[in-house]
Amino acid sequence: MSSSALAFHRVSMDFPGVRALEDVSFEVRAGTIHALMGENGAGKSTLLKILSGAHQPTAGAVHIDGMPRTFHRTADALAAGVAVIYQELHLVPAMSVAENLFLGHLPEQFGFLDRRALATAARAQLEQIGEPIDPQTPVGRLPLAQRQMVEIAKALTRGARILAFDEPTSSLSDREVRRLFAIIRDLRTRGCTILYVSHRMEEIFALCDRISILRDGRLVETADLAALTRADVVQRMVGRELANIYNYRPRPLRGPGLAVTGLAGPGLAEPCTLDAQAGEILGLFGLVGAGRSELLRLIFGATPKTAGRVTVGGAEIDVPSPRRAIEAGIVLCPEDRKKEGIVPVRSVLENLNLSARRRTARAGVLIDETWERRNARQRIDQLGIRTPSARQLIRNLSGGNQQKVVLGRWLSTTIRVLLLDEPTRGIDVGAKSEIYAIVQQLAADGICVILVSSELPEVLGISDRIAVMRQGRLAAVVDRAAATEAGLLALALPVETARAS
Amino acid sequence: MNSAPSLATRPVSRVAAFLDRAGMLLVLALLFAGCSLFVENFFSLANLKGLALAVSMTGMVACTMLFCLAAGDFDLSIGSVVACAGVIAAVVMNRTGSIAVGVACALAFGALVGLTNGFVVARLQINALIATLATMQIVRGLGFIVSGGSAVGISRDAFFALGNSAFLGLPTPIWITAACFAVFGFVLNRTVFGRDTLAVGGNPEAAHLAGIAVARVKIIIFTAQGAMAAFAGIVLASRVTSGQPNTSLGFELEVISACVLGGVSLTGGVGSMAFVIAGVLIMGVVQNAMNLLNVPTFYQYVARGLILLAAVLFDRWKRRGGLAPVA
Repeated sequence: MSSSALAFHRVSMDFPGVRALEDVSFEVRAGTIHALMGENGAGKSTLLKILSGAHQPTAGAVHIDGMPRTFHRTADALAAGVAVIYQELHLVPAMSVAENLFLGHLPEQFGFLDRRALATAARAQLEQIGEPIDPQTPVGRLPLAQRQMVEIAKALTRGARILAFDEPTSSLSDREVRRLFAIIRDLRTRGCTILYVSHRMEEIFALCDRISILRDGRLVETADLAALTRADVVQRMVGRELANIYNYRPRPLRGPGLAVTGLAGPGLAEPCTLDAQAGEILGLFGLVGAGRSELLRLIFGATPKTAGRVTVGGAEIDVPSPRRAIEAGIVLCPEDRKKEGIVPVRSVLENLNLSARRRTARAGVLIDETWERRNARQRIDQLGIRTPSARQLIRNLSGGNQQKVVLGRWLSTTIRVLLLDEPTRGIDVGAKSEIYAIVQQLAADGICVILVSSELPEVLGISDRIAVMRQGRLAAVVDRAAATEAGLLALALPVETARAS
Repeated sequence: MNSAPSLATRPVSRVAAFLDRAGMLLVLALLFAGCSLFVENFFSLANLKGLALAVSMTGMVACTMLFCLAAGDFDLSIGSVVACAGVIAAVVMNRTGSIAVGVACALAFGALVGLTNGFVVARLQINALIATLATMQIVRGLGFIVSGGSAVGISRDAFFALGNSAFLGLPTPIWITAACFAVFGFVLNRTVFGRDTLAVGGNPEAAHLAGIAVARVKIIIFTAQGAMAAFAGIVLASRVTSGQPNTSLGFELEVISACVLGGVSLTGGVGSMAFVIAGVLIMGVVQNAMNLLNVPTFYQYVARGLILLAAVLFDRWKRRGGLAPVA
């Protein structure tokens, strides 16, 4: 039981400008389920990519059954019996379950596909994991949970003995999670070794035998889970007490900020009326798909509205467009940083000056390079953006630093309303608390902040008032003092849920 | 410990940064030196003049193609526009007797084709490949219709000065191309419009949300591209003293190849005038050297294709390093 099936030996990984992993060593014992935890950016995905052969470590090695191995591609890892099952599944939706299971080594006879052999083998594989799926179904028609089962079966058909899961339950229902756990435990009894990456504490404690915790690319500890409490794990992940990352301070409100009256458009089920004062932080909570991002985009003019008014400090924005909104002092930091926020192939400097240069250019045409360099320097210092130079490509920065650049883009402009859409999604705790501090400072300077978040502690921690959206409608606005996690969640849950369950 | 650095950082290597900045210019210099040493008659004033003249049209149009590529699009219609603009200039000049009217009509036609391309791509959201493939064929057809299917001789001799005169010993088209390099290089580097172009190509949605009028930027670029192609067509007509409806077949691919060869990204957001100049001249030097060495035309196609492939692979190798783009 104590022999190690998989071990990372002094693994380091450098990306241009960034060290993602530093001297990470731990063992995964044969026939155990081993948890891997850490904040976003701690290095979990990098480690998995090394295990799957997508990356080669800068230093150190992966040992399988005590032998050092180097994987240059996924096929190498599979040949050594290692399969990594990612969040985004690697299946071909238009092909049948059976074909997906044997993709790359379909049974053939004289060069022709042997359909009968394929069907038989596929059925045998699916029975092995006890999943009642018709092997002839196109994968695209299966629900997500079953696709995951197909992915597991696919790994097993290739003789995988070591399976790594990357956040496998992130889009599964409770029932599906229980089913998945049963299969993973079954794999363990059959001698497979499992590396299980998840953010969900309950799952880790319910499922896993041992745990390794990463922080900032380094291994903090490997231990038996029985020896740890949840608080221990959290403490090791963040490296300090979590309590006071919000640093909330009450601020004086300074009169009219943003007023939205009867605003209607795509994504909203009914017209929305909302206002927030200068100097106020208004949280906007709701489940995914409740219409929060859509509301922000309508306010910003990124999506054309069909009715309603938006006023800033009492003045209405007549023709809505991002350009007009920016001129009026409304700015947006969008939800999907990579898709909507940054220009990945350009430098930090370019990304910081993307918008402001319209104002500072001589005659509105010629770039003022001196100003742009100074502005970039100032924002980098002001926000503590960690980059080797202003000329570094922004895609080489960590998520938190990218977010600071997107925020910094607006700070050289006179802004009155700051719309933040999930500003801390996917960034580590340190950067989170820095962003909270910046947001509070901006509010203290008299800016009206609307902050969309799906994280209850965040919304409760930072907002003066909290607006809750549900199914495209504004459900309620709650004062900070009156807000509780349970109360907000009850407001956010779809009304039909009660009937369905 | 309020702000533990999440990740250690290290500076990018200087050598790699230099390679990225000057890679293709370096290749050009080496190539030029090599040809000067080993190819007979290469390093002579007459030959170098001929070389520059041969790439002058590609160079002009590559300037606007750089903007097109940097904004994440490309334009296949330019070869047809070159031909059709030459024909229109010839026909109008012969009818009206005025050089100015002929040139103005040809330029206006080119700009109109470009505007159409821009509108269809930016406002109607049609893929640039399909949109400009369509105009490429339409405009080629228009050229044949206007000319009646054969070359249209030009009766105004003064017009030939544009393509055949010289200034300070260099043919006028070379001066025009050099001016284009300077002007468009300046616009890309030093104006808000140029930087907006790169942002639009690098991430249209982020550019939109940063207050950049994405569609307008694209429409201006396509319009300029059409006008520039028409201008090149006018210069060509002046050089060959006629408007020819079947000239410049495949010219669009030659221009795009030159840009990509220099290191302009096909996916948008990365490009500089130095890249374009390097690309255009490398193509020219290779072509010229092959002619001097009497390499048969059929083999020249193969060689050019291989060079393009090599350049793209080199570019990809560089990009692995994830370096800062040239400003």
